[in-house]
Amino acid sequence: MTWKHFFGTAIGRKFTMGATGFFLITFLIVHCAINAMIFFNDGGETFNHWAKFMGTNLILHVLEVGLFVFLLLHIVQGIMVVIKNKAARPVGYAMSRPNRNSTWYSRSMGLLGTLILLFLVVHLYHFWVPSRFGGLGNITPLEETQLFTYSNEEAHNLFQRMQMVFRGNLAPVVIYVLGVISLFWHLLHGFQSAFQTFGLNHKRYTPIIKSAGFVYSLVICLLFASMPIAMYFDWVK
Amino acid sequence: MEHYHMNLTLKVWRQKDSKAKGNLETYQVKDVSSEMSILEVFDVLNESLINDGKEPIAFDHDCREGICGACSMYINGQPHGPWAKTTTCQLHMRAFKDGDTIVVEPWRSRAFPVIKDLVVDRSAFDRIIQAGGYISVNTGNAVDANSIPVDKRYADAAFDAAACIGCGACVAACKNGSAMLFVGAKVSQLALLPQGEPERETRALNMVAQMDKEGFGSCSNTYACEAECPKGISVAYIAKLNSEYLHAGLNDSDS
Ligand code: HEM
Ligand code: SF4
Ligand code: FES
Repeated sequence: MTWKHFFGTAIGRKFTMGATGFFLITFLIVHCAINAMIFFNDGGETFNHWAKFMGTNLILHVLEVGLFVFLLLHIVQGIMVVIKNKAARPVGYAMSRPNRNSTWYSRSMGLLGTLILLFLVVHLYHFWVPSRFGGLGNITPLEETQLFTYSNEEAHNLFQRMQMVFRGNLAPVVIYVLGVISLFWHLLHGFQSAFQTFGLNHKRYTPIIKSAGFVYSLVICLLFASMPIAMYFDWVK
Repeated sequence: MEHYHMNLTLKVWRQKDSKAKGNLETYQVKDVSSEMSILEVFDVLNESLINDGKEPIAFDHDCREGICGACSMYINGQPHGPWAKTTTCQLHMRAFKDGDTIVVEPWRSRAFPVIKDLVVDRSAFDRIIQAGGYISVNTGNAVDANSIPVDKRYADAAFDAAACIGCGACVAACKNGSAMLFVGAKVSQLALLPQGEPERETRALNMVAQMDKEGFGSCSNTYACEAECPKGISVAYIAKLNSEYLHAGLNDSDS
């Protein structure tokens, strides 16, 4: 059995989804923890310090490449899985009651993933692109991104960047909150689903995994959602 | 429960043959007893269709006691209808009330093409079994049943998996038309027993390969299959199949 064969079956494809999903889940913990440092209310000093560390450390650069590769794998394989699964039922039912046997979000991973992806495009444009290609000290003014119109001010750090993006700007806040809501439902199913995919289903452990998945999804998403909201109302200084 | 009669509207999928387009036909059935099974309603309806010189509705059935898995009907949006852990032949009309409309369709899956009306070709399941759902033993005298010790817990788990009747409701329920519950049950039933051990790895790989060849989808872990399975087969057997495949695939020395 070649690797291509191993990862190419109906189960192998799900191994890719689960493994990359686990990686993304771990990444979100780190990402969320660092961003939460804006709540120290120290003008973003702690946050900027760690954001800079994440952006300049060699090991983390390698990990960042890995993150993009895994995200891309997750997306490409996700699309393949959805296409293959749709093809398995070319003729649908005239009458169907799926809510009697499964949750809507477990059936909507493709849609939720697509919403997350749309959000990610905006998100990378807001923060990752200028921090990589504009340099932290000299971030491209947001007006040049042409996504939204802002006062044309120079941002000197990511904290200021966040303030610039969100303070008093409703549109990006709404987009971020909707993105995070999509992420919540994606994670609520995905977290426990990935364990099942790798063969872990057990009377004692599965309820713990499901509870942990719920707590993880809720905490991560509440924290992420609170950031643009706090910035919008200028609660963090 | 009290016995009552009802008048019903049946909307049934009619399709002349595998190539025809097919559509839902409406039939009025009167005076249906709450004690009848839904298959008996189809018997009565077919009799009147034959009397009127019309083509009777083709539907699959055999044992009519919930053990053969033939009676594949998608009733009011659910495989085998509204009752949990019940096959179509065991679905009695007391599940419905006077004036109800009942929509009946065949299983929908690329791997289960419609042959006629409500009858689908489920031989894809047979081919998956042929790919590895067996144990190879030399012929000769039957060995004493107790000569191989089996841990009671594994025997019980294997027995639960073996309750699968191959009805295909899991495939019909799944948004991906996935056969993972069926294949999971069949692979686990043998993987849990010493008799299945020698062929354990090739069995998992070959049955999964055949499952893919037949065109069944991946598992999104929605667990619709478990909810609709008339035998209550647990999705724990899907996890078991995943881990059997993982070990067998990583261990495989052919490249
Ligand atoms: C940071 C973001 C993301 C995280 C943490 C994440 C996590 C996960 C996890 C853990 C799973 C479960 C895998 C399994 O069942 O074994 C999953 C499934 C899935 N993800 Fe994501 N994901 C993310 C973003 C995306 C994006 C951007 C897409 C874009 C298309 C996507 C599409 C999918 C699909 C289609 C599935 C379901 C596959 C299936 O079971 O049918 N995900 N994700
Ligand atoms: S697992 Fe359940 S639903 Fe699927 S074929 Fe077996 S008995 Fe039918
Ligand atoms: S006819 Fe045999 S299970 Fe229904």
